[in-house]
Amino acid sequence: MEALQILPQQLVFGLALGAVYGLIALGYTMVYGILMMINFAHGEVFMIGAYVGWAALTWLINAQLGGLHPAWVVPVLLLMAMSASALVGVTLERFAYRPLYTRGATRLGPLISAVGASIFLQNAVMLTQGARMKVYMTSLLFPRSWYMQIGSVRVSALVLMMTAIAVALMVLLNTLVQRATLGRCMRAVAEDREIAAVMGVNVRRVISLTFLLGSALGGAAGVLVGLYYTQIDFFMGYSAGLKAFTAAVLGGIGNLKGAMLGGLVLGLIESLAVTFINPAYRDVVAFVVLILVLVFRPTGLLGETVPQANKV
Amino acid sequence: MLLAVGFGALALIAPLVAPNDYVVGVLARICLYATLALGLNIVVGFAGLLDIGYVAFFGIGSYTYAFLASPHFGLHLPFLLALPLVVVVTALFGILIGAPTLRLGGDYLAIVTLGFGEITYLLLLNLDRPVNITNGPSGIIDIDPPVLLGHAVSGNIQYYYLFLVVLALALLAARRLQHSRVGWAWQAIREDELAARAMGVNTTVAKLQAFALGASFAGFAGALLASWQRSVFPENFLFTESINVLAMVIIGGMGSLLGVVLGAIVIVALPELFRELQAYRLLVFGLMLMVLMVFRPQGLLVPRRPRG
Repeated sequence: MEALQILPQQLVFGLALGAVYGLIALGYTMVYGILMMINFAHGEVFMIGAYVGWAALTWLINAQLGGLHPAWVVPVLLLMAMSASALVGVTLERFAYRPLYTRGATRLGPLISAVGASIFLQNAVMLTQGARMKVYMTSLLFPRSWYMQIGSVRVSALVLMMTAIAVALMVLLNTLVQRATLGRCMRAVAEDREIAAVMGVNVRRVISLTFLLGSALGGAAGVLVGLYYTQIDFFMGYSAGLKAFTAAVLGGIGNLKGAMLGGLVLGLIESLAVTFINPAYRDVVAFVVLILVLVFRPTGLLGETVPQANKV
Repeated sequence: MLLAVGFGALALIAPLVAPNDYVVGVLARICLYATLALGLNIVVGFAGLLDIGYVAFFGIGSYTYAFLASPHFGLHLPFLLALPLVVVVTALFGILIGAPTLRLGGDYLAIVTLGFGEITYLLLLNLDRPVNITNGPSGIIDIDPPVLLGHAVSGNIQYYYLFLVVLALALLAARRLQHSRVGWAWQAIREDELAARAMGVNTTVAKLQAFALGASFAGFAGALLASWQRSVFPENFLFTESINVLAMVIIGGMGSLLGVVLGAIVIVALPELFRELQAYRLLVFGLMLMVLMVFRPQGLLVPRRPRG
């Protein structure tokens, strides 16, 4: 059966994709852990990262890399995209969410505001950048001839780099959260906001920084996806966002390692589904997984409680 | 009360003073979408269940009507027979989709309903293989118009009056529901589900009822849409439609019936007035949602809370 033949290749790709999902999922899970809120607009932050990366790449290529050694290009793209996304994330928190969660409004308020922000950002990009997709000229950086052959599987240098960067960023974040003071503050605020404040944590700053980090990771993911798929459009945040959210829930919302694991698992499931079922239903897979997880194991793989209706 | 009567009178003569047929068409759409929004108002406004995949029911209703009254399957059920069937089918889907969400809190409920909305759209789009059920992107065309008392409805003016009558019925139904036992249950659930349960409200049944009834409104509206447009396409039922309807409910003030109608007028009519700025419509819309939530989360018309 030909499906089995392409399976290893699909699985490898699924893992790479899963690593990227994990990156985006971290943003969701961190914000949820601290604010008990789903940042609906996080997908847009990812999209903006992709666009900024595209702009930077196109500019660099046109300027003959401006004297930079090719190896520096990707780090530059990442840096720019991550900064831009972080900025957007922090601004969003400051103006669209903070007035709402400080007021203790109903749970509906921040969610609707997030939906509004998502729509606003999508259209802002569409209006300023045009509705047609943009193209990452990745092949100029990573010629197709760069790949490793393991058995029947061809692993391109691009995929390797993508995965490596995603994993590196995730490890970096994990280290930060576990070791650094900031990380401790984040965990404290996530556990109990009031007590953390009493203990001297600047809660507002921690929240802003959480958004900053989560959005930066999302922006990085945007660049990676742009480099791999080469096509980006203003709507890409929508489906990627929902899948990443699924990954976060799958792993256990609020749980960082869960987000990473959830990403990988979702990537694999998606690849399996695409191999054996109609590829047109690719996006449906994530939704079905989400619904199944929420119905049968809402705590996710690594476990973190899903608030029941009306939990304070 | 006086306001409602005045409104009603205005609505009755509206098509006669309208400048052209296109405007009448817009008025008809307002009535249609107001009915739809009233359904969502039951779920979101009364019961406090944030359903952002509501367009799924709209689509299911439309397509079911299309199955029953078009050359697609060769069925041509009369309008008055097809309608109840559509409503029942959609209500069943309401229960089906609502059931898994019963234990979920606000945010998760929203995401899951969003997921169902997307799945529905994707199914409508792709179920033309291996067995052709929905005819895929080509949609279903040549749908029968409504035939009432031997007369086939035609022309925007006739459709407008039909939709107006339906809207009036929907308003009546919504009002009755609001002040019924289940309506109180919904309000209790919206305010504090735990307390409601402690007071003996069967939240499971009440929530399912909300979904089923909300869905049936959407199914009704869907059938009307199908019979008006004489065609249905998956593109009619994108996620953005869910957000449009949700906006109608929110702008109007969740729970307030007249407010919902006002919301429908705003959402349908404003883009028409600002045609040149069409491209900015969604941008402004998104901005507006954010601003509204920050400054006036209750909406434009706050429902009068019944005193003790």
